[in-house]
Amino acid sequence: MKTFTYRTAAGVADGLEPGATFLGGGTNLVDLMKLGVATPDVLVDVTRLGLDDVAELPGGGLRIGAGVRNSDLAADPRVRGQYPVLSQALLAGASGQLRNMATTAGNLLQRTRCRYFMDATMPCNKHDPGSGCPAVSGDHRNLAILGASPSCIATHPSDMAVALAALDAVVRISGPTGERTVPVTELHRLPGDTPERDTVLEHGELITAVDLPPLEFATRSTYRKVRDRASYAFAVGSVAAALQVTDGTVRDVRLAFGAVAHKPWRASQAEEALRGRPATRESFLAAADAELGAARPLRDNTFKVALIRNLVASVLEGLS
Amino acid sequence: MDLVVNGAEQSLDLDPRTTLLDALREHLGLTGAKKGCDHGQCGACTVLLDGRRVNSCLILAITLSGSEVTTIEGVDHPVQQKFLEHDGFQCGYCTPGQICSAVGMLDEFSQGWPSAVTGSGPPDLSDPEIRERMSGNLCRCGAYPNMVPAIREAAER
Ligand SMILES: Cc1cc2nc3c(=O)[nH]c(=O)nc-3n(C[C@H](O)[C@H](O)[C@H](O)COP(=O)(O)OP(=O)(O)OC[C@H]3O[C@@H](n4cnc5c(N)ncnc54)[C@H](O)[C@@H]3O)c2cc1C
Ligand code: SF4
Ligand code: FES
Ligand code: FES
Repeated sequence: MKTFTYRTAAGVADGLEPGATFLGGGTNLVDLMKLGVATPDVLVDVTRLGLDDVAELPGGGLRIGAGVRNSDLAADPRVRGQYPVLSQALLAGASGQLRNMATTAGNLLQRTRCRYFMDATMPCNKHDPGSGCPAVSGDHRNLAILGASPSCIATHPSDMAVALAALDAVVRISGPTGERTVPVTELHRLPGDTPERDTVLEHGELITAVDLPPLEFATRSTYRKVRDRASYAFAVGSVAAALQVTDGTVRDVRLAFGAVAHKPWRASQAEEALRGRPATRESFLAAADAELGAARPLRDNTFKVALIRNLVASVLEGLS
Repeated sequence: MDLVVNGAEQSLDLDPRTTLLDALREHLGLTGAKKGCDHGQCGACTVLLDGRRVNSCLILAITLSGSEVTTIEGVDHPVQQKFLEHDGFQCGYCTPGQICSAVGMLDEFSQGWPSAVTGSGPPDLSDPEIRERMSGNLCRCGAYPNMVPAIREAAER
């Protein structure tokens, strides 16, 4: 590991000196530092800023502090009751030990598990811009089928982020130039020609909280994750969904896919295709097809298209 | 930096790169917590940090000023006796991590925390619940079938 200096953050608007990085629970950043992929000169610890509350918003909904641990958030009775999809997504991720350290902001900003990215000795446009993408012709079984570019086909690995995308969560950001908010669906970028940038955050911008707007029918929501072993493994594909059905007709729906793109993938076209349609397996499959028409799978991940399609149908059937 | 380890105050002068696991093993001579993968993937390094189970290999010790750490050397819990009675281990390499994890897990369970296999009601400590909650601890010897009843019985006491 490259050496660095350590300090605790004094305030949320302090920003970062050049070469500095925020440190949350460290479960991703410390790992990448050991691997020589992350090489910060300064670590600025933000876990002592007191951003660790889950509070009710005046008009309904919840404000989740950036430093709330994933385990505390998953167990919060308000989250379990009003937004079960979020609790389930958190519990589907990592392990009890890791969730006790992992923070809301750190989880959102965790980096791809693409094996070439995590190997500092390999070329990779994300950790070494311009060096190429060995995954396109190499190991891409678990990489993107939607929104990728020839420069990078990485997937965002977070489970939590998929639920937040489905719930229209909003990220609150603070930095030296002031405060702003960004919808979770617009926090992560598509790779394009600049895959080295995961998100729209500028250097020194700190996530302070994530707001969950009220969504009454989210009491009927769920997260389903497919992975290579029963537990403690990243998703191969996942679906977060909330569904409102009256008299057999889909009144409203929220859908997002995980492990298919450089960002948690909000399936807006599928949602559009479903509103007002009968709540049947046929409509669910048609809606999935509307979204997956844009899929461009590679040699070893074509299976993900059918996987997501079937997941959408079975998750929505389960909710209706 | 100062932290409390197994009830004793410790003052350490550490390179900022030192993980909690290395601080315990190399600086304090507490070799119970094991280095399996050093990347959060196996649970052999599990200790209790302010009462909660964590992987000590992914935590920089320098961040822990004022915290309390309990390692297997400081654990005194019925689950240990139950591991003996049920042969909950073979080579023993994963065992300190399994025990610390079980202690933390039973505490989480008693606070009503759900797991990925919990339905909407209050959780009960069924075998699938124990397996899911302990899935962050791998055992290369595959001693899982004996650990499950050991943990279940420790919880019943
Ligand atoms: C073995 C293993 C298995 C895992 N399995 C899963 C899984 O199945 N599903 C899943 O979703 N995740 C999984 N994870 C990943 C885990 O969820 C993340 O490592 C964790 O959520 C990161 O949170 P953290 O607080 O530790 O982040 P850190 O490692 O501290 O930080 C991550 C990034 O966020 C930045 N950051 C942190 N806080 C802020 C802030 N407030 N503002 C701005 N930037 C900030 C840091 O600079 C860094 O770039 C796994 C991890 C491991 C090691
Ligand atoms: S997919 Fe992206 S992260 Fe993986 S090797 Fe290619 S450029 Fe790097
Ligand atoms: S050594 Fe820490 S999890 Fe494997
Ligand atoms: S007893 Fe040998 S690794 Fe678990």
